[in-house]
Amino acid sequence: MQYILLIYDNESAMKSRSQAEMGQLLTAYQKFTQDIVNKGNFKAGDPLQPTNTATTVRNREGKTLVTDGPFAETKEQLGGYYLIEAKDLDEAIAIAARVPSAQSGSIEVRPIRKM
Amino acid sequence: MTPGFDAIYREHFGRILATVIRLTGGDFSLAEDAVQDAFTAAMLQWPAEGWPSSPRAWLTSTARHKALDRMRHQTSFADRREELEFFLRFERESEPEDGSNMDERLRLIFTCCHPALALDAQVALSLQTLCGMNAAAIARAFLLPESTMAQRLVRAKHKIRRARIPYEIPTGSALPDRLEAVMTVIYLVFNAGYGGSSGDRLIREELCTEAIRLSRMLSSAMPIYPETSGLLALMLLQDARRLARVDADGDLILLEEQDRRLWDRAQIAEGEALLEKTLRRCLPGPYTLQAAIAALHNQASSPSVTDWPQIAELYARLARIRPSPIVELNRSVAIAMVEGCEAALRLTDALKDDLGDYYLWWATRADFARRLNRLEEAAEAYREALSRVSNGAERRFLQRRLDALAVILNGHK
Repeated sequence: MQYILLIYDNESAMKSRSQAEMGQLLTAYQKFTQDIVNKGNFKAGDPLQPTNTATTVRNREGKTLVTDGPFAETKEQLGGYYLIEAKDLDEAIAIAARVPSAQSGSIEVRPIRKM
Repeated sequence: MTPGFDAIYREHFGRILATVIRLTGGDFSLAEDAVQDAFTAAMLQWPAEGWPSSPRAWLTSTARHKALDRMRHQTSFADRREELEFFLRFERESEPEDGSNMDERLRLIFTCCHPALALDAQVALSLQTLCGMNAAAIARAFLLPESTMAQRLVRAKHKIRRARIPYEIPTGSALPDRLEAVMTVIYLVFNAGYGGSSGDRLIREELCTEAIRLSRMLSSAMPIYPETSGLLALMLLQDARRLARVDADGDLILLEEQDRRLWDRAQIAEGEALLEKTLRRCLPGPYTLQAAIAALHNQASSPSVTDWPQIAELYARLARIRPSPIVELNRSVAIAMVEGCEAALRLTDALKDDLGDYYLWWATRADFARRLNRLEEAAEAYREALSRVSNGAERRFLQRRLDALAVILNGHK
């Protein structure tokens, strides 16, 4: 069964990290990703460009509305995702807990609905 | 449902459901429908054909077959061979012994108390599936409309299915935390009954009974975790005072004013025996410590011979392993008896930030002030408490205290 792991973390806190800290985080992510690839859980995953690159699009009554920025201002911002294969929610939770950003931010775990 | 069936339902629903869920591969809703169908069939057939010698066996067997029927309709098999394998597997599963029956109920309670479910959903689901309480009864217990409770239950079961919460007993490092969660739910159920804001006395008693039943199951299933026995002991010892706590009008009687002859001595003995066994095994956890405090109260033949210094010491130990403002507030009550109300008031001063909106913080301070003869201060604190209390019995109690003070204060004017 597939789950998406949505990675939320505080962007401005991230920006204030030192080179060394960023380097450590990157290494942690590489290690984590390789691990779940090896175990067969990884389906897809990417870091996202920061929220200042975001554009929000809505279609209301035939009219396309485009605004600058993420759709909501929140304390933590969506920074990346993983699409994983896991046998049940407990396994998905165990994987989510090991995402490096889980230590400072939050990981939302949602089941994929197969159509 | 007639009284006879009601009893059968309450007694067996959870266990039968647990058995059938395993057959359906964790499909809660399908299993539930099948078990409900079996009970419906029983209600139709038994009055006419006579009750079976083992109602549980009849119901279980019927429910299993109804589940099978539903699965047959829902599953599309790739070929005849797959279909045959499926039914062979089903036939091979004979009626489980009591040992694995315990297993099934454990699976069920761990699933109902999964942290991915909201806490109030955990409580409602546990009551429904393990204790056979229907949505209406649970709603009454928690003072909610039935439709709200029904929705809460449906959403919880949907989440179990859609997010695929596994129907399993947690293993390894996950088990201690998950066990904590289960014990939290059981104790919440007990407190809803024991402290109970619900106006319905029968519902409250039912909650206490169910919580104790769940706790018995948990402690006999998890013997390597002594805290489960500590929790059972705690509830037995508190529940033993049930008849003395409330008067004919439904009003609260304080511990120090209770008629101790109404305490259930047999249940106290059971609780104490269990507590003693548990204390011998290891360092006590929070439930075991609270059970020890309850036992000390129960052992006192009258309020004046209560071992308050020991109780204060136990609260101090509880505060060390589970620091919380509520524990400190309880400790202050013991300190008042040991060191006096001045010391107790000072202790509660530090809790204002955390408990300033909690009626019991004000009520406790009011009592200390009253005993120190600082009556204006006490009256003010009782008023603050009254503005924050929600339980009817407690409100009446506080009002009586305030009125008594008013009489004295007005007398002085």
